[in-house]
Amino acid sequence: MTGHHDPAGGDDPTGSTGSGRGGGAGAPGKAGPDPSAWSCPLPSRAPGTVVMGHGSGGAMTSELIEQVFLPALGRPAGPLGDSAVLDLPSRQGGRLAFTTDAHVVQPLFFPGGCIGDLAVNGTVNDLAMAGAGPLALSCAFVLEEGTDLAVVDRVARAIGQAARAAGVPVVTGDTKVVQAGRGDGLYVTTAGVGLVPAGVGPRPDRVLPGDVVLLSGPIGAHGIAVLSVREGMDFVTDLRSDTAPLAGLVRAVLRADPDVHALRDPTRGGFAAVLNEIAAASGVGVEIEDTAVPVPEQVGAVCSFLGLDPWCVANEGRLVAFVREDRARGVLAAMRAHPAGSGAVAVGRCTGQDPGLVVARSAYGSTRIVDLPAGEQLPRIC
Amino acid sequence: MRYLTEFRDPRALRALVEDIRATVTRPWAIMEVCGGQTHAILRYGLDQMLPEGVELIHGPGCPVCVTPLETIDRALAIASLPQVTFCSFGDMLRVPGSDGDLARVRAAGGDVRVVYSPLDAVELARRTPDRQVVFFAIGFETTAPANAMAVHLARATGLRNFTVLVSHMRVPPVVDAVMPAPGCRVQGFLAAGHVCSVMGTGEYHGPARRHRVPIVVTGFEPLDLLEGIRRTVRQLEAGRHEVENAYPRAVPDHGNPAARAMLEEVFGTTDRTWRGIGPIRDSGWGLSAAYREFDAEARFDVAGIRADEPAGCRAGEVLQGRLSPPDCPAFATACTPRTPLGATMVSGEGACAAHFRYRRTGTAGRSRDAVNR
Repeated sequence: MTGHHDPAGGDDPTGSTGSGRGGGAGAPGKAGPDPSAWSCPLPSRAPGTVVMGHGSGGAMTSELIEQVFLPALGRPAGPLGDSAVLDLPSRQGGRLAFTTDAHVVQPLFFPGGCIGDLAVNGTVNDLAMAGAGPLALSCAFVLEEGTDLAVVDRVARAIGQAARAAGVPVVTGDTKVVQAGRGDGLYVTTAGVGLVPAGVGPRPDRVLPGDVVLLSGPIGAHGIAVLSVREGMDFVTDLRSDTAPLAGLVRAVLRADPDVHALRDPTRGGFAAVLNEIAAASGVGVEIEDTAVPVPEQVGAVCSFLGLDPWCVANEGRLVAFVREDRARGVLAAMRAHPAGSGAVAVGRCTGQDPGLVVARSAYGSTRIVDLPAGEQLPRIC
Repeated sequence: MRYLTEFRDPRALRALVEDIRATVTRPWAIMEVCGGQTHAILRYGLDQMLPEGVELIHGPGCPVCVTPLETIDRALAIASLPQVTFCSFGDMLRVPGSDGDLARVRAAGGDVRVVYSPLDAVELARRTPDRQVVFFAIGFETTAPANAMAVHLARATGLRNFTVLVSHMRVPPVVDAVMPAPGCRVQGFLAAGHVCSVMGTGEYHGPARRHRVPIVVTGFEPLDLLEGIRRTVRQLEAGRHEVENAYPRAVPDHGNPAARAMLEEVFGTTDRTWRGIGPIRDSGWGLSAAYREFDAEARFDVAGIRADEPAGCRAGEVLQGRLSPPDCPAFATACTPRTPLGATMVSGEGACAAHFRYRRTGTAGRSRDAVNR
């Protein structure tokens, strides 16, 4: 696969001082000229931190790319141009999947990963949920002036490592810098293209009554791991984020059942949100066995004292598969045989009754509605 | 950690249900005071397991729900001030005031922070001496001691930029308010275990005697709740009206002396208005004279802000156990967690929100009986 890393980036519709092609050094922001960008092309630099000049599109930007990003992400074979140009593996037809994801997590580093891992895995997983094998990623940074370059380097290296682990190259990118106080250190936006093999087409609206719901492992670890290192949280856990690329697991699922009806990764909104999305999109009822859903003890305990629902906590390395009943056993076995799905379980099934409604059955036989979280989950008072 | 599974054991639970079934000879209505208990009852469907005739009425024990509208309005006014950093527990952020909520104040540029402990707010005040840090001190006897500790600490360390907006409530006077209300059907109470873990059980002897109702101190896990119900039913069937402790693993009869001492040093009892219910004598904690300088209402001159409840919200009847949430005409139609008319729909512990979350009908096209089957 050929690819080019793009030092000058693409269009920059959102402004800020830009290294965008159309702007060059001193590019104006969207709200008019930005006085801080009128300075000389090589402003005095504080070694070791991000300065506005790193987003100027000039020598400092090139320096950042050469010294930080290319070593971390890998240097593409060709020259660094405006766009990556990709060869399509066109042997068996298939369709392109295309997705993008902006990442704004705080703190940037947390037990088990960092914003860089999320940026790669999030996009790889979005492709995978469409049944696509990832072909290439783009990666755009918004850096806050004053951010330690070691932090940028650490995130870039995590991106490189995660991309290699997922077997997908980062082929184009962009860098912008915003003034100190206008960003949280750094934001990363990734986009990805992938190829969906012919005959494969999981979609949220294809789920049918009778389908079995499979969950690839215990839920809630990512959200609670991130929460545990937020400012003001004093609890200590040894929970680590579950962030992981799911493309391999999806390949295993598709080998067992190329016609899997739907795949979703329960990120924001968690497991509960995925179930509700599928129920609404496919017009089916979903019934989950409460006790079949694996929630790590520490996740349960933290949620219990903060008043959070583990089913609504974010995951970054889990998937939910909706498969025909006669394929469920095979798919479950294939998931369990893959390292990313070793904890896979069947947790429920879809019904023709009560379209759009998700219910959970307790160990006592009683049922409750499983709802979407109304907004952000807010820790309660007592 | 094992508490989570040990007190949810299905076999033990069935035995308790059977015991209750064998005891009951006629209908009884029991109020669980605390919103946490309401939440657990609906989540686990405990009410569905009880023998016919044993009815649970949801009480006013959700601190978010009963915080008066005008206190919310005062919070919004203070949080909008440019010099203020306003700290609150998370679930207060979406409680509607007369015009907007704290989340909207934050979106409009107000410095509103979610904290997990009042001591975080004290620490924030210490770190940002040029800001006025205000902590929204609401809740029952459960949260009050820690908030008292925060104020105590602020005075001990000479913090001049820390104040509290206080709307603390006391639970025992609720029994006196609920029982004489017209239409009250309550015959027994499950008292809130967490509150009693601080205050002990002594405060309930008076109300139990006055109103001739059994009051059973009860926990929050499924087995705890059924044990509380079982003991209440036994008393009712036997014609007794005593205070009983069904949650001894967390509640010593004398409570937590250190927490009570801190509470009583910083706060004193005061009359308090409960949202949806009205004023209840001696039902609140307010800053005692020695700590008046930490009163945010005085420092930011908001005590004059008054407010009236919006028409259409019948949260008051719900909070008094006179109206079941699904029977309210606005339930799940005009009033949902995304568009709450009143606080009982906002807070996760509110009776309306708990019903909407676990039992709503209509929106999903499913009858309540089908969900409850």
